[in-house]
Amino acid sequence: MGRLSVTLCGIELDNPIIPASGCFGYGHEFAAYYNIDRLGTFSFKGTTREPRFGNPAPRIAEAPGGMLNAIGLQNPGVDAVIAEELPKLRAVFHKPVIANVSGFSVEEYAEVCEKLDKQEQVGWLEVNISCPNVHGGGMSFGTDPAAAAEVTRAVKAVTTKPVLVKLSPNVTDIVSIALACEEAGADGLSLINTVLGLRLDLKTRRPLLANVTGGLSGPALFPLALRMVWQVSQAVRIPVVGLGGVSTAEDVIEMLLAGASAVQIGAANLHDPFACPKILDELPGIMDRCGIENLRDIIGGAHG
Amino acid sequence: MKQGLFTIAENTPLTASVARLRLRGDTSGVTAPGQFVNIEIPSLYLRRPFSVCDWDAGNLTVLYETVGKGTEKLFTLPLGTELDLLTGLGNGFDLRCAGPTPLLVGGGTGLSPLYGLAKRLLEQGAEPRVILGFRSRDDMFALRSFHALGLYPSVTTEDGSFGIRGLVTEAMDLPHSYLYACGPEAMLRAVAGRSAAGAQFSFDVRMGCGFGACMGCTKQTVNGPRRVCKDGPVFRKEEILWDD
Repeated sequence: MGRLSVTLCGIELDNPIIPASGCFGYGHEFAAYYNIDRLGTFSFKGTTREPRFGNPAPRIAEAPGGMLNAIGLQNPGVDAVIAEELPKLRAVFHKPVIANVSGFSVEEYAEVCEKLDKQEQVGWLEVNISCPNVHGGGMSFGTDPAAAAEVTRAVKAVTTKPVLVKLSPNVTDIVSIALACEEAGADGLSLINTVLGLRLDLKTRRPLLANVTGGLSGPALFPLALRMVWQVSQAVRIPVVGLGGVSTAEDVIEMLLAGASAVQIGAANLHDPFACPKILDELPGIMDRCGIENLRDIIGGAHG
Repeated sequence: MKQGLFTIAENTPLTASVARLRLRGDTSGVTAPGQFVNIEIPSLYLRRPFSVCDWDAGNLTVLYETVGKGTEKLFTLPLGTELDLLTGLGNGFDLRCAGPTPLLVGGGTGLSPLYGLAKRLLEQGAEPRVILGFRSRDDMFALRSFHALGLYPSVTTEDGSFGIRGLVTEAMDLPHSYLYACGPEAMLRAVAGRSAAGAQFSFDVRMGCGFGACMGCTKQTVNGPRRVCKDGPVFRKEEILWDD
């Protein structure tokens, strides 16, 4: 085991650096830019049962220290992901991948997870009950403990691989949702998804995004995400994957200290396609400076 | 795609709202006219995409209009400022379809990639014809650059203050072997309706990442959803589904 290695639900990762879903496509785009086998793993684009075009344009807006997006889960559908995207990925990525799944009903989540669970390349399922940009699904399952638990139970009943549930920050008490998912059998939690936001266009006096609202991501989110990882990791026994505004190697170490077992990087990949390899290059030097021998030793270290 | 640091060598106003930016750096990422660069602008999170107007081994030029926070900030940056760029983004124009007399139609800053295209079409022995559309005489720019190539564009102005009054379609009677166009989508659509020749159109849309990861600039096409930044920004006429 190297200095950077960590374990996520029993699977060893060479390092805790994981590009987050929605910011890394199905991986092969980035493989043209650098060797993506350097990553711990990555979480692929949120996948649904049917192909989805997503929301009308504009889908993207600038925000101080970040961005808003309202993509609306554009994806080719689970069957095309299995038939086309995963075979393309096989040529350029040789580690287990996180399959991110979204849905509009409990049955859809279960059906898509069951299919992806059977794929050899899939190491974990990440159930996204926190997408703020679709109506009648996504986040509506992640803002109510009973609904979150129901999705988790349904997915666990038809799958064999570790199930991570991806939580929304758009709730009054994220700990109660986290506990409900743990109780329902989740093997881990990923948090946080984007925070619901809005921008207006001063010229038209109307919302800038066609979807009206969008999810805020980027560095502005980091303290909020860190606080939620801190709270949730103390309340649950299952591992927590920390994400939300992580942009630097120092942010990664903060996330681990706050209780994350691994760290996802989202918007930073869109700002700088080489964000993850740069963080990987910087981590050992910063660990030396901070007197950290192995990253796995500092997880939750800030809780005293 | 390549990432690199570039230095501002020129940032000159051409009209009240359009400026020319020349950046010095490693341009080896740029491989075709019609590709774009994504520029990190100090104090902003999202990069801003700009078509490459022209490039050589150590310089690339961008023509931009100040339309919002990003371009307004860009306009204030002094010579010598270092900027982080992603270069060689997008597919660019395919020159193999041009034939002997391709027609190039540009509206406003949409003319920018057409200049680099014209230069390379001339190099391959074609005789490009050029139509440029502006709002009025005061908004005209880049004409002399085309003249220096030996090309004398037909000019239209919406208010008739110079050249032909009206939109670029008013000047499209020239016979042509192929059509290349760049400008606002409404212009592209009108231009498409005025030509029976094969055509490529470059689209200018709001983007997130600029390199195919975020799905922020997706456009519906005959072949399904396509990312303007990665699968475009140049699309062939037969692929395009015009918005109703």
